[in-house]
Amino acid sequence: MSEFWYHIRRNSMLTIGVITLLLMVVLWLVGYFAVDIKNAAPLSAPTDLPPSREHPLGTDSAGRELLAVMVAGAPTTLQIGLIAGSLGMIVGTILGFTAGYFGGVVDAVVRSAADVALTVPALAVLVVIASVITKTLSPEILALIIAALAWMWPTRTIRSQVLTMRERAYVEVARLNGLNNREIIFKELMPNLLPYLAASFVGAVSSAVLAAIGLEALGLGPQSEPTLGMTIYWARYYNGLPRGMWWWWAPPVLIIIFLFIALFMIAAGLDEIANPRARRTT
Amino acid sequence: MSLRYVLGRLLFFFVVVWAGVTLIFFLPRLAPGRDPVRERLGMMAAMGGMNAENVERLAKAYEAKFGLDQPLWKQYLNYINDIAHFNLGYSLAKFPTRVVDVIAPAVPWTIALLTVSTIIAFTLGTLLGGLIAWDGAPRALRLFLPPLFTFSAIPYYLLGLILIYVFAFRLRWFPLTGGSQILTMPTFTIGYLIELIYHSILPALSIVLASIGFWSLSMRGMMITVEGEDYVTLAEAKGLPGGRVFLWYAMRNALLPQTTALALSLGTILSGSLLVEIMFNYPGIGSALFSAITGFDYFVIYGIVFFIVVAIALATLVLDLIYPLLDPRIRYQKR
Repeated sequence: MSEFWYHIRRNSMLTIGVITLLLMVVLWLVGYFAVDIKNAAPLSAPTDLPPSREHPLGTDSAGRELLAVMVAGAPTTLQIGLIAGSLGMIVGTILGFTAGYFGGVVDAVVRSAADVALTVPALAVLVVIASVITKTLSPEILALIIAALAWMWPTRTIRSQVLTMRERAYVEVARLNGLNNREIIFKELMPNLLPYLAASFVGAVSSAVLAAIGLEALGLGPQSEPTLGMTIYWARYYNGLPRGMWWWWAPPVLIIIFLFIALFMIAAGLDEIANPRARRTT
Repeated sequence: MSLRYVLGRLLFFFVVVWAGVTLIFFLPRLAPGRDPVRERLGMMAAMGGMNAENVERLAKAYEAKFGLDQPLWKQYLNYINDIAHFNLGYSLAKFPTRVVDVIAPAVPWTIALLTVSTIIAFTLGTLLGGLIAWDGAPRALRLFLPPLFTFSAIPYYLLGLILIYVFAFRLRWFPLTGGSQILTMPTFTIGYLIELIYHSILPALSIVLASIGFWSLSMRGMMITVEGEDYVTLAEAKGLPGGRVFLWYAMRNALLPQTTALALSLGTILSGSLLVEIMFNYPGIGSALFSAITGFDYFVIYGIVFFIVVAIALATLVLDLIYPLLDPRIRYQKR
């Protein structure tokens, strides 16, 4: 237990990040039980109202109650990020380990494919897909589409990690002890890479959320459910900013900013555990 | 620089462009049972109006090349052939205008905004990150770390929204939108140049602020590693001046991964700045893409995506060719 507290004290980034994320979840839970989500639909309240006791975050030009929109939209965005990030991470781990451990032709193919796919900007490809199926786009399909473009970075970084670990002495010892490739990968390499994998996972979720919100802000997200990015799109579309309706765009922007900062701190904290060289020297 | 290296990078360039073009061609056709372009043309024909004749011409030309009676591979070849001749088709929304003519006027805006702000952010961020990690630098620089951390986590365009609200809407120091006054004619005068810069300060600032953190954090990480290397200790031990050790021993070596990171994140930077343009209504590629999306102008969307892919591939190629100048190991490699 004392060792646990020692790590917490040493790794304040991770702690602050996790606490921020937990606070956001608690706030959302409170909102979920206190707010009627039905009011997130258009025409459920008078339009263009500034925040008041009755409508804590005001209403937009289509008569959505913005507090309800936030409560309804936040989990959708996070859910897209989690699904896409996990899938990208799973594919990335498999490809990264195969390429890094076995090398040869497999490595060359995987590495070139990842490099090419990384160079083609993901947002551009997403725009092409989303502009075609925009009417039927559900959060789950959007998550799948983003996942298809989320495997390259994990693949690349995990491959390079495996590449350096493969030559370490303990792997050699394990091989001499007669362990086969599968055992070496799962018993020797995986456990050593766990903190690193965790950091990459948080990073993957974070960039998936970024891609999802970017698409939504372009007006290409799911149309049937309210999302944070979609709120920014509507606020932009109906000139919420020059009309001084700060309550329209500021809440989603702040939620997204806090979410990204929390995820970023968690990733950086995990990275500190995985990679002692990144630790603060002071 | 070995010929083999240059040829390899050129090949990579063409593979990336080919992959992009192939994606643009096949992805829309994967959608079950519908061709959005044909639907859109049908809708435009049904609406009639004074453009009915043009719409019919457009539909005929489209059917001839990409009609259902053509096998898919032939459509694909037609498409590749068009692209190779930079024929991106016509805008559906403003018909007689070609897609190239929709994109071309927007390009200089984006390139100017993006290169200037990326160069500023990369230089400042790299220098700052290097100094923060350097033992000989003033400790006070570390105060920059928390804000850098915060800004690097925020997407460019959300930072842009906040900047617009504070500096353009509340304080009225800067214009709310646009790249210049609506009524000004572009001229080659100092006055017009000042107006352009005045309009681009806020969008550029949001890109610089949001990306400077990324560069300084990754540079700081690299510097911490390099500082422990033997050659730095030796340089210090033989009494070289601190500034020289910093620039020519530590910074130079830490810069290599930094340049690689720049090449790899070009796509992300571009995507981020496209959204910044939209928030500021800045007349670049991003805003052109946005109006094409809201107007269901598919040829323009595909054209812009093609342009983005080529631009990124080209920028990556240039960076790859500059890289050997920084890293002698590649320059002298003979294989």
